Amino acid sequence: MAETIYETVTSDTVSEWIYACDIDEFPENGGLCIQHKDLQIAVFNFTRRNEWYATQNLCPHKHQMILSRGMVGSDNEEPKVACPFHKNTFSLKTGKNLNGSLCDIATYPVKIEQNKVMVGIA
Amino acid sequence: MKKVVVVGNGMVSYKFCEKLRAIAAREEFQVTVFGEETYPAYDRVHLSDYFESSSIEKLLMVPTTWYQENDIELRTGELVTEIDRSSKTITTHKGNTCPYDYLILATGSRAFVPSIPGREKKGVFVYRTIEDLDQIIAYGKKVKRGAILGGGLLGLEAGKALLDLGLAAQVVEFAPRLMPRQLNEAGSSMLQSKIEALGIEVYLNKETTEIRGNGKLDGLAFKDGTNLATEMLVISCGIVSRDELAKTAGLEVGVRGGFKVNSQLQTNDPNIYAIGEAASYNDAIYGLVAPGYDMADVVVKQLSGDLSGSFNGADMSTKLKLIGIDVASFGDALGETAEAIPISYVDQNNGIFKQVNISKDKKRLLGGILVGDATQYGILHQIYQNEMAIPPNPEDLILGKRGGEAGGNAILDLPDSAQICSCEDVSKGTIVSTIKEKNLTNLKEVRTCTKAGTGCGACSPMVGDIFAATLKSMGQTVRKTICAHFDYTRQELYSLIKVKEIKSYETLLNEYGTGDGCETCKPAVASLLSSIWNDPILKQDTIQDTNDRFLANIQKGGSYSVVPRVPGGEITPDKLIAIGSIAKKFDLYTKITGGQRIDMFGAKLNDLPKIWRELIDAGFESGHAYGKALRTVKSCVGSTWCRYGLHDSVSFAIEIESRYKGLRSPHKLKGAVSGCRRECAEAQGKDFGLIATEIGYNVYVCGNGGANPQHAKLLAGDVDEKTAIKYLDRFLMFYIRTAEPLNRTSVWLNKMEGGIDYLREVVVNDSLGIGEELEKDMKALIAAYHCEWEKAINDENMMAKFKHFANSDEMDPTQKFVPLREMKKPADWNLESK
Repeated sequence: MAETIYETVTSDTVSEWIYACDIDEFPENGGLCIQHKDLQIAVFNFTRRNEWYATQNLCPHKHQMILSRGMVGSDNEEPKVACPFHKNTFSLKTGKNLNGSLCDIATYPVKIEQNKVMVGIA
Repeated sequence: MKKVVVVGNGMVSYKFCEKLRAIAAREEFQVTVFGEETYPAYDRVHLSDYFESSSIEKLLMVPTTWYQENDIELRTGELVTEIDRSSKTITTHKGNTCPYDYLILATGSRAFVPSIPGREKKGVFVYRTIEDLDQIIAYGKKVKRGAILGGGLLGLEAGKALLDLGLAAQVVEFAPRLMPRQLNEAGSSMLQSKIEALGIEVYLNKETTEIRGNGKLDGLAFKDGTNLATEMLVISCGIVSRDELAKTAGLEVGVRGGFKVNSQLQTNDPNIYAIGEAASYNDAIYGLVAPGYDMADVVVKQLSGDLSGSFNGADMSTKLKLIGIDVASFGDALGETAEAIPISYVDQNNGIFKQVNISKDKKRLLGGILVGDATQYGILHQIYQNEMAIPPNPEDLILGKRGGEAGGNAILDLPDSAQICSCEDVSKGTIVSTIKEKNLTNLKEVRTCTKAGTGCGACSPMVGDIFAATLKSMGQTVRKTICAHFDYTRQELYSLIKVKEIKSYETLLNEYGTGDGCETCKPAVASLLSSIWNDPILKQDTIQDTNDRFLANIQKGGSYSVVPRVPGGEITPDKLIAIGSIAKKFDLYTKITGGQRIDMFGAKLNDLPKIWRELIDAGFESGHAYGKALRTVKSCVGSTWCRYGLHDSVSFAIEIESRYKGLRSPHKLKGAVSGCRRECAEAQGKDFGLIATEIGYNVYVCGNGGANPQHAKLLAGDVDEKTAIKYLDRFLMFYIRTAEPLNRTSVWLNKMEGGIDYLREVVVNDSLGIGEELEKDMKALIAAYHCEWEKAINDENMMAKFKHFANSDEMDPTQKFVPLREMKKPADWNLESK
């Protein structure tokens, strides 16, 4: 893939936690897209697993801003999101494309502070 | 912890290690394996493959790392030379010693070399190890022809090897026929003619008296006074057990050599076992891999304290491909049983010989021979082994049933205990239950999970047949569970949801599924829930496909298209104006669809509720273009205007479309009504179509346009409108109940056993007695109809979800449009960086 503004951030490399939304704005077992400057970040409320994830909103396949509208699920134990366009699936943990050879998507750490969903960016 | 020492590292030795480690960890047994050869255990059965690939790796039973990973100390290139039973220690040729609690002698065999003068000459080889093969290959490069001493199994294998080396091959056999132990005269002569056709010379009744030559061989002399000129010789006259250790250790040997063992495979020292070709049980040596594996299994069981297993001899039946020729021999192949009745079939034209020997009372199969075509081996061997009843006309065993349908499925008649894979000792019952329990969907999985067919491969066709038969026995079609999260077919889930009155995906997953679901089962279940309860789909928005989730069709670039319902394609000028002005206001591209309505493209997610507010105010309803649901019922203009029309097709189309609007199904549904047989509405290309006749309508079903066009088939002719609707109710509900996910009606019908005739029985003649129930279900769905958009825009919580960013009201800045004629289109996929 060509250059990207999306780079994986881990809890060690977070320089700033940005406020996304309140917990109750999220659908159950689904995502929302938040805007931060030029970044579009998909944040997922994986209610079933009681886990939160964040990835780039951009699907690397056809470069569509869409992943937040994808269905979440699991591939064995691996939590994943499926792009609504062509059903490419990506690990929510590692960003790896699980059903093909697309490049990884960037993932971001999420933390919850008093009902507020925060996403860590570099 | 006990110390196990294995002497020898061949196939059986490896199998012993594998089986031992499968049940016992290092804490229980510490294992050391000594192998004389420098390579770890390799597949001697397929040794001749080495001539083609020259790859040792391909032949290895497992990579060398396997031994480390399984905590087994492997010492190759080290020959055990002595056993001290009093101190329970072995000594190797390097002088190393190693203590043992249990000693496993898996020393195998070496080639038997008859004491013919001249056998020490250059150019004389045996055919046993990779090292032998390397020498044969090296020497073979210098010569043009080579002889094989021995026309048995191994000899013919060696003959193939010489052919592969590009040499002229000559097979010399002492007996009057090839493979004398397995084949009778007729079978052998068929094999011989096939082998000779490949260019191998065959010399029978030849007792070799001398290997001639000055230093290196140049020919063989036979007892009958004849000679054979040749340049190399591969001796393949059978095997001799490697029992050298017996003498000094005081272990007993069998009459034909080999460590004498009891049925527990113990030698006369109970702590010392012998397995494989090194063992002599009842004075027999078993030179096949399957009995060796059985022996390994018995010993492993002994060591683990399970004393139930025992070795009681083995079936020497065999099937192999010799130089591309099928040869099989089982049971009493030569018909030596008293009063055995032979039945044989000879086809000189195709080079096929088959013989079965049956018992005097014609009730049992005693054995048989197959040459040239051994496809029946699997089943014949099973019938023999399990003493199954044979057909009233025993010749059917080899000829098949003639002049009628194929015989019954013998595979299914096999008892569960029937051993299918003798190498890995896998029974039919194990294969069948593994397929069912693990829901295996392909042969590869069956091999991996059961190990059947992973040894010599002879049973592979049979494993395939069992797989196919098992799947078939599980339902009319292959049982297709919807995904890894639900071990149910769509039809089973339909019943579960209905009977258990399940209303949500989460409940279904909790009670009948595993894991967290996925993009396959979520929309499939969403569709089922709608098809059964017809609740508003946005109550569970995150299990819907994106189109359903936002009640619009996502398009390139992430914008959506909007299609209001126009039943039967009839639309008022006011409504046309409304669509025009709304499209203009929201800058939408408009196009007339194939289903006689208007599609508005390029709507932004945030605008969808506003667009729909205006459409609903103008009297429109959702067109369900986004769903796997009823789309349109197309009509021609019909008898109201058309001078040919027989009936009012538009009114009927509107009635039908209004009846089934909002009906969700395994895939989209399209219908049409034509007012006469000119068929302007193209009803025969639809999931259901009605064509007016003089006295009523012809009802067609399961047609399709799209990628695989298919004409609809006539379900019922000349029925009145009421009957037509009754049939459609039943037909549609039957489809909704029984189709696989995302199967259009045409595909569903194609898979249906009995096809349209069966469908007609169910729908028209109510052969299943479910007609009323289907009509009742349809009635309930129709009563539950609601316009999804109307529900949605009156629900604030739902409307809050129609925005691109959760934390701002901005539209997606990356969404771009470019002008197209007088309207717009989305920018092409932008694959540049972002």
